[in-house]
Amino acid sequence: MIRYLLPLTLFLGLTVLFIYGLQNDPRYIPSPLINEPAPEFDLPTLHQPKSSIKLNDLKGSVSLINVWASWCAACRIEHPILNDAVEKYSLNLYGLNYKDNRSDALVWLNALGNPYVESAFDEKGVIGINYGVYGVPETFVLDKKGIIRYKHVGPIDKKKFNDTIMPLVKKLEKEE
Amino acid sequence: MIAELGHFSLILALAMAIVQSTFPMIGASNGNQTFMSLARPTARLQFFFVAISFAILVYSFLTNDFSVSYVANNSNTLLPWYYRFSAVWGAHEGSLLLWVLILNIWTIAVTFFSQRLPEYFLSRVISTMGMISIGFLLFMLFTSNPFDRIFPIPENGADLNPLLQDLGLIIHPPILYMGYVGFSVAFSFAVATLLGGNLDTTWARWSRPWTLFAWIFLTLGIALGSWWAYYELGWGGWWFWDPVENASFMPWLIGTALIHSLAATDKREIFKNWTILLSICAFALSLLGTFLVRSGVLTSVHAFATDPTRGVFILALLAVFIGGSLILYAYRAPLMKTEGTFKLLSRETFLLLNSILFLVAMLTVLLGTIYPLIIEALNLGKISVGAPYFNAVFIPIMSPLVIFLGFGVLTRWKQDYFSQQLKRLRYLLASAIFIGIAIGLMFFENNQLKTCMGIVAALWIVLTTFYSLYLRIKNKKNKLMSLMIIPYSYYGMLLAHVGFSICIVGITITSNHSVDIHERMAVGDTIEFSNYQFNLKNLRQVSGPNYEATEAVVDVKKDGSFITTLRSQKRIYTVRDMPMTEAGIDAGFTRDIYMSLGEPLDNESWSVRLYHKPFVRWIWLGAIFMAFGGLLATADRRYRLERQKRKTILINNETIS
Repeated sequence: MIRYLLPLTLFLGLTVLFIYGLQNDPRYIPSPLINEPAPEFDLPTLHQPKSSIKLNDLKGSVSLINVWASWCAACRIEHPILNDAVEKYSLNLYGLNYKDNRSDALVWLNALGNPYVESAFDEKGVIGINYGVYGVPETFVLDKKGIIRYKHVGPIDKKKFNDTIMPLVKKLEKEE
Repeated sequence: MIAELGHFSLILALAMAIVQSTFPMIGASNGNQTFMSLARPTARLQFFFVAISFAILVYSFLTNDFSVSYVANNSNTLLPWYYRFSAVWGAHEGSLLLWVLILNIWTIAVTFFSQRLPEYFLSRVISTMGMISIGFLLFMLFTSNPFDRIFPIPENGADLNPLLQDLGLIIHPPILYMGYVGFSVAFSFAVATLLGGNLDTTWARWSRPWTLFAWIFLTLGIALGSWWAYYELGWGGWWFWDPVENASFMPWLIGTALIHSLAATDKREIFKNWTILLSICAFALSLLGTFLVRSGVLTSVHAFATDPTRGVFILALLAVFIGGSLILYAYRAPLMKTEGTFKLLSRETFLLLNSILFLVAMLTVLLGTIYPLIIEALNLGKISVGAPYFNAVFIPIMSPLVIFLGFGVLTRWKQDYFSQQLKRLRYLLASAIFIGIAIGLMFFENNQLKTCMGIVAALWIVLTTFYSLYLRIKNKKNKLMSLMIIPYSYYGMLLAHVGFSICIVGITITSNHSVDIHERMAVGDTIEFSNYQFNLKNLRQVSGPNYEATEAVVDVKKDGSFITTLRSQKRIYTVRDMPMTEAGIDAGFTRDIYMSLGEPLDNESWSVRLYHKPFVRWIWLGAIFMAFGGLLATADRRYRLERQKRKTILINNETIS
């Protein structure tokens, strides 16, 4: 009798695992950085190698940092949504151009449009490591004090932007 | 109004399914003829209502009825009509309706081709299939109604996902679903057997052709999916070990074990419990596949619209059907006694080994697929298991399978003798190894070990299979005549095994000898690659019905003589603003040349990726052979004889009356 129950037991084990799995979002990646001050950076900008951009430049208003690269296929899918977003709302969207080649990145922005106030050029990916970048694209929402309040891994779709990110940005804008 | 009719028709189908699954089941247990006689008509009526629903959804797509939310989300007036048709199953709700439609097609097929089944058995089969249908109809009506309206009505639709705008995708899902859902027949036969508690093995004979048909469809469906991924995704891969692919591959592995095990149960009355368990398992994996794809517990490049409530619903269905049937199994299986006996060295042993290896292979794929879930459950963090894991574990499992296959086809039922076996096989084994290594060393310069292994394996299968044919006719006087009286099922086996070896050759050579380069090209540039010269003749703008594209025209020459012209496009689908690559492929029996256009680098030049993929066609050719082998097996004389007998009985009855 016992051996005939074995398949059922295995199946029940699987079921328990799936019930657990359903309660988790596979795209959710825990970040120790949430509610922590964003790591400092001081990087050349993509368009002008001689001028630089620092974390301090972002403080004072709610801002978004979008990690992107010209070699990243998913960024291409996300890009039109970012373009739309900055067109509709006044967003402080900054780019972190990650492990990229400067000329490739510029061609890319020329071809697809540039939604960024400014893109920081992180050629070696050092700042990306400090930010715990897991995969490109990723998007961080920073409040006025420069504290990371939200992180999204993977391309943002319209629903994500309208239902989660934009309401959060509006809420943060009301904070002091 | 039309869309509401579709919705209403689904509700009627549900009502029919409820009658279909209750009365015949009760009738079968207490012998009520009237109740049992309801099985066929209710099943056919259910099919009728589901078919109406489906036709209405098709109609809504063809007439661009954007007041239906599902149509608005997945179609567009610019979409050509054939893609509007295939958009019906382009997303979750519609593909679920297709699932139910196909389940109903299988059910009415059972009602029409089941005259030889006893009434009580048929009633249980139809009733079980009705229950499955209830589950999925409820799922559709409560969480995924394809006929939901949207207000205000959008002026135009959001377009079908450009990845799905492809001829291959018109036929791939229906065929794959025919395979998936087809295992519901074997499942229902198994459940009916367990319920009836009959101790003989006639059910195995009844179940065989149905299981074979499902397996044929699944084989073709998987091959089509792989072929589609190869030319449409634009990076020349043909298998990605993606959760969705694994979801279709797992039922195939168990289905393959099942058709072998059914043969043993049918012919030798052995492995009864095992065959029943495999029947349940094959369908369980089909349902599991549906769950994994739709629930969003795993991420996949095939990203279907996911929704946790849907996941809960499918998991509940899975628990009811599979949990229920496994409880039934635990309760009834001990009653089934195995009658046939066999010695250690016998065909039975090899068939058992075949089953076990396929099961192990399936478990390996399952483990790799859900491993991220397990790791997360144990709080060990996030991980994704990729192709390296599957490639590393799959070859060691497949190698003994290939070796046993060769022994299996040449070993007798019941008992064979080791010394005879060895005598028969030593020349075959030696020649497979010798010729295989010779070919591997002569034609290939790198990865020689793996290449030789693959070719030896393929040769071993082919030689042993044909040798078994030779053994069958060697002592006959009239050789041609004896070739003709060999049953079709035997030729089916032959063909399927040869198909398997063709696949092995294709996979081995493609994986070990494909080369590619990534180059910058401007008009007029010539690149020398893999003994071919590629000359970029022209870059031009092309407009499609719903996209704008840049097309690169490349002439391919070899040693100065013209081979072909490749055209690859970079398309931007205007509605979704989504870029897609259309690869340019020159298909050949021994090699494909594959070009995909990358990104524009500046005004004149583009990045271009070129691939040389030897023997890649053989992978799909092998699958076609396997499917054709399966088809031959279903055409076996035994099934035809029974049909003829039935006809004679019918005629006799008529003469009497």
